[in-house]
Amino acid sequence: MPISSRVAALRLQVETALAGRVVAPLEYRDRSVVEVASTGIAEIDELTGGLPRGCLTEVFGGAGSGRTSLLLAALAARTREGEVCALVDGRDAFDPAAALAAGVNLRQLLWVRCKNIEQALRATDLLIQGGGFGLLALDLSDAAPRVVRQVQPNVWFRFRRAVEGTATILFLLGQESHAKTCASLVLRVEGQAGVWRETSSETSHEASHAIDSEEQPILAVRSSPGGRGKNVHAAGCLLEGTKSWAEVVRSRMQTEDARAHDRSMTGRVLSIDVRKMDGKRMDAAEFAIKTEWNYLCGD
Amino acid sequence: MGFAAIYVPEFMVQAVVRAESRAEPGLRERAIALIDGNAPPLFSVVAANARALATGIFLGMTKANAAQFVGVEIRARSVAAEKAAHAALRDVGWSVSPRMEETAADLVILDIAGLSSLLGPEETIAELLVARAGECGLRVNVAIAENISAAEIAARGFAGITLIAAGEEASRIGELPVTVLSPPEEIAETLALWGIKTCAALARLPVPQLSERLGQAGVQLRTLARGAASRALVVAETELVFEEEMELDDAVEELEPLSFVLGRLLDQLCARLTARALAASLLRVRFDLQPAFENALDVRTEVVRAKNMPGIYERVMQLPVPMRDAKLLLKLLRLRLQGSPPGAPIVKVLVAAEASRPRITQRGLFLPSFPDVEKLELTLARLAGVVGEGNVGSAEVVDTHRPGEFRMGKFLPVQEEAKDSPRKKAAKKRSSEIVEKHLPNHSAAMSFRVFRPPLPIHVNSREGRPAEVFVQGRRSEVCKASGPWRTSGEWWREEQWNEDEWDLEVRFVDKSRKAQTQSPCAGTFQTAKHLQQKGVPTNGAQTEKFEEEFRRYRIYFDAVRQGWFARGMYD
Repeated sequence: MPISSRVAALRLQVETALAGRVVAPLEYRDRSVVEVASTGIAEIDELTGGLPRGCLTEVFGGAGSGRTSLLLAALAARTREGEVCALVDGRDAFDPAAALAAGVNLRQLLWVRCKNIEQALRATDLLIQGGGFGLLALDLSDAAPRVVRQVQPNVWFRFRRAVEGTATILFLLGQESHAKTCASLVLRVEGQAGVWRETSSETSHEASHAIDSEEQPILAVRSSPGGRGKNVHAAGCLLEGTKSWAEVVRSRMQTEDARAHDRSMTGRVLSIDVRKMDGKRMDAAEFAIKTEWNYLCGD
Repeated sequence: MGFAAIYVPEFMVQAVVRAESRAEPGLRERAIALIDGNAPPLFSVVAANARALATGIFLGMTKANAAQFVGVEIRARSVAAEKAAHAALRDVGWSVSPRMEETAADLVILDIAGLSSLLGPEETIAELLVARAGECGLRVNVAIAENISAAEIAARGFAGITLIAAGEEASRIGELPVTVLSPPEEIAETLALWGIKTCAALARLPVPQLSERLGQAGVQLRTLARGAASRALVVAETELVFEEEMELDDAVEELEPLSFVLGRLLDQLCARLTARALAASLLRVRFDLQPAFENALDVRTEVVRAKNMPGIYERVMQLPVPMRDAKLLLKLLRLRLQGSPPGAPIVKVLVAAEASRPRITQRGLFLPSFPDVEKLELTLARLAGVVGEGNVGSAEVVDTHRPGEFRMGKFLPVQEEAKDSPRKKAAKKRSSEIVEKHLPNHSAAMSFRVFRPPLPIHVNSREGRPAEVFVQGRRSEVCKASGPWRTSGEWWREEQWNEDEWDLEVRFVDKSRKAQTQSPCAGTFQTAKHLQQKGVPTNGAQTEKFEEEFRRYRIYFDAVRQGWFARGMYD
């Protein structure tokens, strides 16, 4: 029997044995083709190339670093596209009003309010098994790092394997990096001091008037959750926002010259070369975070 | 041929077998006798299948006597099971024709005129009816004939499928014994005395003489025996009642045996829904609970005793989409019952479904991924089991001035419709990209992390403004403060609020850690120079030496509770 026919027979035997379990076991799988989705922040998209689907993305940073703003921006971008997202809230710290202001479609967001890390991990497991979510975020920002460190590494590995081959972005938020090599993209964020806007101190009856750039008096009104609440600002300054820095700690995607070949109808598939960058320092990006203010013209 | 009769032989026995077939698959093939009565000593056999009768069991035999027969299963008659079996029989009939007569509990007659073009020849229709009845747990006889009476008699007399062509009624029905016609007892005795055993023999009797001796009843029987009787179909009104119930011999306390019973009922319910091409949009379970032991011994009047009963446990489960997958429904029910189990043993179970048309959808190839609705419902139920019922769902912002107010709603995501063609979508995307390119870079919105419950803090004020804040035992200096944002409301209620809110930027100095001046991202770790640029008074030596951390909090003074609290943190 010639070698080619023996190879063909062997190949057939392997494929028959693995039928139903592995699709095309002897076909070469091009792992470099990773579908990515926008983070909702242009600077971060430029830095990372986007959030890889079917992978674990980890964002970590201290309190006030802007990590939650980054998460909300990603949730807003995904829900705007009509995708269904889930947020496993490790310590019940999610603010629906802030999310609404950030543009998150709350109807498309499943919010799981957990009391401890065990509940959060169990809920994440169930949601991954359920499938069909565009973005699944596990927020462990408020959990003490020493508690998260006790999570067995195989948990992150299992999560990574569970989302592999799906369109789900698994987004892990924490104070430190815990997923290690299980994460395809690791971002570190750091916050700067807030940007404040000085306002006039003159107050008439209850309201104060801030002076805008055109020297016109305006009444500063903070959006209340219901959308029509008015809280009176007396004097001083307004928290305009802040600036944060993000740096890529680890990435399995090429970011500098990611060739965006628009192959799909939706135009979201990027051709990305696989390159491990562990230990290498990459460029950081600065992005602005702004508070939602409504300036209403007043007398 | 215009009418099809569906008959359930040994109806009472089949009703019980249908209810228990999941627990005992081979029960149908065994000899079964049903007993009924007012009190245990007076229990007697009220129904038995052919196998039981063959062993010598007869109707009216006492339970004690029946129990002497080896290999005969003694079961209690169940009115609930009979009711459910009749409902299943009706559903089988309505699954084929909307014109149906409920002739008896064990017999329905359908008008199938004109259905051949839709369902095929009569034989196919009969096979379809037998198959659907089988799915609902019933073994039936189906007879199709030109007139109602012939079909009815043939269904009662012949086992399996019987097709009687027009004009052959007399010859086919003639083969059957006279008892098939259910004659009155007196007439049956007279005919037996005359030696008339079959319908053919009765049909041959002359009408005048028969009328003289047996009256009009006898003539009517003869007409039936010839298969020539005709009457109009009394059409039953279509009902959409899907209920299955079961009375339990022994009260069930644990979830495992209960889920077995529920599974059995759901199987039957889903089979009935499938027969009617419907699905359940709402599921209701009702358990009759066993009275407490003390109440069972109570000798007071019935009314008082009824008041003391633990009562009825009822749960309603609204389904996001109509479903008829018995396994999935069982899982959902189990998860619901795990969360809130009944408080007493269960003696009777009823499962009812509100029917609606099943969901028919086709997903677009180019739409974003969406969770499978049935699977999502199951995931939500499981999550509710992990984190609690009210902690999973979709947040809804409430239209109120009260800060941080929201409510949890049921998570019902909206699925995007595949209205646009891929080409249109691509064009739309291109145009949106162009628009985005020409727009200035949009920034992320400031996010806020809430402390639930609000964190009590200590604030030292200077000139009416917070100057120093103690959060969780850590002292911090206020660098910037914006406020107060005064808000109050609902003064007429106990939950009134009256707050002065402040946005603060505070600086923590950690003397246990040295500053990382080489930090690449000048963010959390501020230098003295940076602070001086921002106008913050600094102690040069200290800021250079120790690590500093800046955080932005939203705090408020609660005028009702007379204290300072941190509502959350900007992040």
